[in-house]
Amino acid sequence: MKACGRVFKYGDNIDTDIIIPARYLNTSDSKELAQHCMEPVDEQFFKNVKKGDIMIGGFNFGCGSSREHAPIAIKECGISCVIAKSFARIFYRNAINIGLAIMECPEAAEAIQAGSEVSVDFDTGVIKDITSGKEYKAMPFPDFINNIIKKGGLLNSIK
Amino acid sequence: MSMTMTQKILADHAGLKEVKAGQLIEARLDMVLGNDITSPVAINEFEKAGFNSVFDKSKISLVMDHFTPNKDIKAAQQCKQTRTFARKFDIDNFYDVGNMGVEHALLPEMGLVAAGECIIGADSHTCTYGALGAFSTGVGSTDMAAGMATGKAWFKVPAAIKVELSGKLPQYVSGKDVILHLIGEIGVDGALYKSLEFMGDGLSSLSMDDRLCISNMAIEAGAKNGIFMVDETTVEYMKGRVNREYKIFKPDEDAEYDRVIKIDLAALRPTVAFPHLPENTKTIDQVGEVKIDQVVIGSCTNGRLEDMKAAADILKGRKVAQDVRCIVIPATQHIYKECIRLGYMDIFIDAGCAVSTPTCGPCLGGYMGILAEHERCVATTNRNFIGRMGHNLSEVYLANPAVAAASAVTGKITDPQEVM
Repeated sequence: MKACGRVFKYGDNIDTDIIIPARYLNTSDSKELAQHCMEPVDEQFFKNVKKGDIMIGGFNFGCGSSREHAPIAIKECGISCVIAKSFARIFYRNAINIGLAIMECPEAAEAIQAGSEVSVDFDTGVIKDITSGKEYKAMPFPDFINNIIKKGGLLNSIK
Repeated sequence: MSMTMTQKILADHAGLKEVKAGQLIEARLDMVLGNDITSPVAINEFEKAGFNSVFDKSKISLVMDHFTPNKDIKAAQQCKQTRTFARKFDIDNFYDVGNMGVEHALLPEMGLVAAGECIIGADSHTCTYGALGAFSTGVGSTDMAAGMATGKAWFKVPAAIKVELSGKLPQYVSGKDVILHLIGEIGVDGALYKSLEFMGDGLSSLSMDDRLCISNMAIEAGAKNGIFMVDETTVEYMKGRVNREYKIFKPDEDAEYDRVIKIDLAALRPTVAFPHLPENTKTIDQVGEVKIDQVVIGSCTNGRLEDMKAAADILKGRKVAQDVRCIVIPATQHIYKECIRLGYMDIFIDAGCAVSTPTCGPCLGGYMGILAEHERCVATTNRNFIGRMGHNLSEVYLANPAVAAASAVTGKITDPQEVM
């Protein structure tokens, strides 16, 4: 499986109140949530993002609340993969559980610029910056987690 | 093989003799929690997956606390969906307007969580119950759905940081200052994926309310859980609340800790976290002149009786400054009634505070105290992220209840000693 898209880049400690402010949590409708994704730091994000695009963050991406609405909103916007230097643990878990691809790769997250074209190979963990021609290798998932993703999320894997 | 407290609880619930950091395990759950925001997502997943029963109706808690009493029609729909689910599966611990409280104040108060137990909750501050010597961690709604159906969850066994406490807290310094100090030291990802384990001689001087506050904000350092050694204070607290057997786990003497942090409680000062991260801490003497528009005293972090007392002691016979709104929210109905019985309610109202029925409301910018552009709030809550309490250009300063109350009186961030 591969993803390919244009990069939206943000900094360290992108918290879940940035990804989806709590005032919009009076719904669980993913389409409605998506419209407010990243609103506090990038009001135009929802307008600009296209299906397949890639989001890059710094350290501790997704810190804060446990709201699954955060990875749901990102996924619904069409983001095919989030690459970060590190992820907050609940976000990491939620992303896997709902089937949003994430990759921990500090080198790629540091070097790749906003607007670059990037491809990600989920099987090999290779992240390729098409714009600069550079390649990076992400930490692969352990088998246990791969199994959850392969089966299409946690609930499908325990059914 | 030596283990930390957390590792012992996880081994016990996985049916294993021992576990080590990094190991993936499946653990039995003693409680699965959700609120009016996270439960609807979990219920959708639960139903989509085709489950038609819950693992144990006495081990699920659904607390309608975030946007309740319903802030708008959509919030009302979410509560209705959760209420319908609770009735369908005859959930024992369904708390609605009238008997609900802020979940992490309510569950310990009701004896629904106890030492040695393994608890997940679809709310990041579920780590609060570590104060009782439980393993307790926040998860998302999908994990909650799976937990309600199977009574199990997978975990990666965490490594740990030991926090060794000594001494005794000075006046106007509380659990809030201990955890803000710690987060200031190690940063908002300083304990990422790890346990924080609190122990040491200083423990005996910390009240249960202090401990609940400290464990509550373990997530703000990125921690998976924040757990305290069980002592007489813990056992005393559980007496009359927890009517089932519980287990007390102690770390092995040679348990491995990635890091040891020593905190002399006597050396701590009232501490304030500046926008927009809980790690941006300053002691009260370093704060300078910060004028404020609002004060919020409440939340799962500081809405307990001792917090109400700390605020009442300051506000007694004093007035909230002009052009400052002071909103006080006792975290549960029991705490609310105690505030009436002890005369705190008169003190708050006479001082010019608005006192609310329990709700998470303003803490997460839901309602009941939203900030306008460029407004500043001193809050006893747990997060000061961008836009957390309202406008993206508003600011939240995190502090203990005594500092919050003193600031309400003067209209700027203030050391309680200055007004007393």
